[in-house]
Amino acid sequence: MPDININDIAALAHLDLTAEEATGLQHDLEAILRYVARLSQTPTEGIAPMAQPLAPDTPLREDRARVWFTPAQALANAPAARDGMFEVPKIIDRG
Amino acid sequence: MPIPTPSVELIRTQIAERQTTATAVAEQYFAAIAADDATAEPLHAYLTLSRERALQQAARIDTLADRGDPLPPLAGLPVGIKDVLSTQGVRTTCASRVLENYVPAYDATAVARLETAGAVVLGKLNCDEFAMGSTTENSAYGVTRNPRDRSRVPGGSSGGSAAAVGGELCVAALGSDTGGSIRQPAAFCGVVGLLPTYGRVSRFGLAAFASSLDHVGPLAHSAKDCAYLLQAMAGHDPLDATSAMAPVTNYVGGLDASIRGLKIGVPREVFGAGLDPEVEARIRESIAVLRGAGCEIVDITLPSHDAAIAVYYVIATAEASSNLARYDGVRYGRRAPAGSLADMYRQTRDQGFGAEVKRRILLGTYVLSAGYYDAYYRKAQQVRALVAADYQRAFAEVDLICSPTTPTPAFKLGEKVSNPLELYLADVFTIPADLAGIPAISVPCGEAHGLPVGLQLTAPAFEEERLLRAAHHFEALRPPLLPASLAH
Repeated sequence: MPDININDIAALAHLDLTAEEATGLQHDLEAILRYVARLSQTPTEGIAPMAQPLAPDTPLREDRARVWFTPAQALANAPAARDGMFEVPKIIDRG
Repeated sequence: MPIPTPSVELIRTQIAERQTTATAVAEQYFAAIAADDATAEPLHAYLTLSRERALQQAARIDTLADRGDPLPPLAGLPVGIKDVLSTQGVRTTCASRVLENYVPAYDATAVARLETAGAVVLGKLNCDEFAMGSTTENSAYGVTRNPRDRSRVPGGSSGGSAAAVGGELCVAALGSDTGGSIRQPAAFCGVVGLLPTYGRVSRFGLAAFASSLDHVGPLAHSAKDCAYLLQAMAGHDPLDATSAMAPVTNYVGGLDASIRGLKIGVPREVFGAGLDPEVEARIRESIAVLRGAGCEIVDITLPSHDAAIAVYYVIATAEASSNLARYDGVRYGRRAPAGSLADMYRQTRDQGFGAEVKRRILLGTYVLSAGYYDAYYRKAQQVRALVAADYQRAFAEVDLICSPTTPTPAFKLGEKVSNPLELYLADVFTIPADLAGIPAISVPCGEAHGLPVGLQLTAPAFEEERLLRAAHHFEALRPPLLPASLAH
């Protein structure tokens, strides 16, 4: 059973965990991973990974722009918006 | 004389013959919802009611009826929509705090097609948060109760959908199914639930959980009503890149054709440890019914059956970790006030997501992370191919496969919340069809310990006509079931 650092995984997933959450989730993940480890016992040499259940047969569409979703609709649920853009906390502090 | 169960045909006929109006039907169901909400243990199937939208649609249907114009196939049908499907102008939460006040600017294609066919959308139905769960206890807005026993779960994740149909708070509903989330709650609540072939019904407007496993499908009181809903929704959608081009056959018209001579496979793997003895007895009785109808029962094996749950919980969580990255407080939904962008992401997600969603995101992040991708995710994709190959091989010998939908009937509320793995293991019969992308249906087949039991039939890809036909005949031949209205 590989070592799981729940806080490292949470950082990758952009989640903040309390200490209590981290302990509980670490325990849960270890139990689930012990269960899924059984997959290593299934021979799969030469088997292509299946990413989609059925062979996709969707044709390409005509390369023609169409107006469907307006900027106003896109911004309608924005927690903060300004000048037709989504507003977020400053990313780069130029000091 | 028994009171007929409301159905697609009954409602349309009564409106066409002016015995009632679509508006009166809609008001009747809104009154039923309000009456249930006032009881000591309400079902709590609905999260949001769309009264204005429903009555506008009902008025349109009534205008057609008043003029004597032909009515669309689902005219006046009161439907509920699982709250993971977008409804324009109607709050859509995915049962999560992270989307508490989200109002979509567009309809899911499946919803739009139902309305084009005349259905009346009553409101949005409760579910497990982001469709992750098997009991609807993971909803951020409270549990839904099983209409057959209100101390029990309705199943999940489409628990609100199944409870609303079973509790007569709508006549049909839409759900979504990624690992069994239409069929399992249908079995628990004593209604019919259909998983269509992957790509048969557009996923546009369905909040993505696991994109290679998600399906939209109907729940109703009968295979015929499910056939009507599928007929309205099926077909290519240019807005869904995985939408199938396969032609849509006549699901309703094909129901009465004979099932004599159909070969029905029974996998030897399903009768094992963990299967409730009374559930097993109902399934064996159902197999006898099918044999009596002239079907040939064939013993088959699905060697990769036992690996399916592990495959699912690697692939589904991996895809979920990617799909739920979009809930970051930037463009919609909850935003935690924070000084930096990174803090905003983390705190929004921590405050907005419930425990099961976090658990699955973390598991999915882990199995995709550097050093573990090949051992977990790639390996699971390979075993997925083996699961699908099992079904392909089986369908070279048989026309349908039958099994229980679930190993037990509905559990008590609160019974399984502390052991997620134990709950995952209960999806053993439903997960494989999602992995293989093939259609399956759960049909009530009797009771175990006084609770509904579902019989699951599975078909090859795009053979919904055969699946629905067999389910329809089984309904006619099975022993009479206790009507929900007399059950509580």
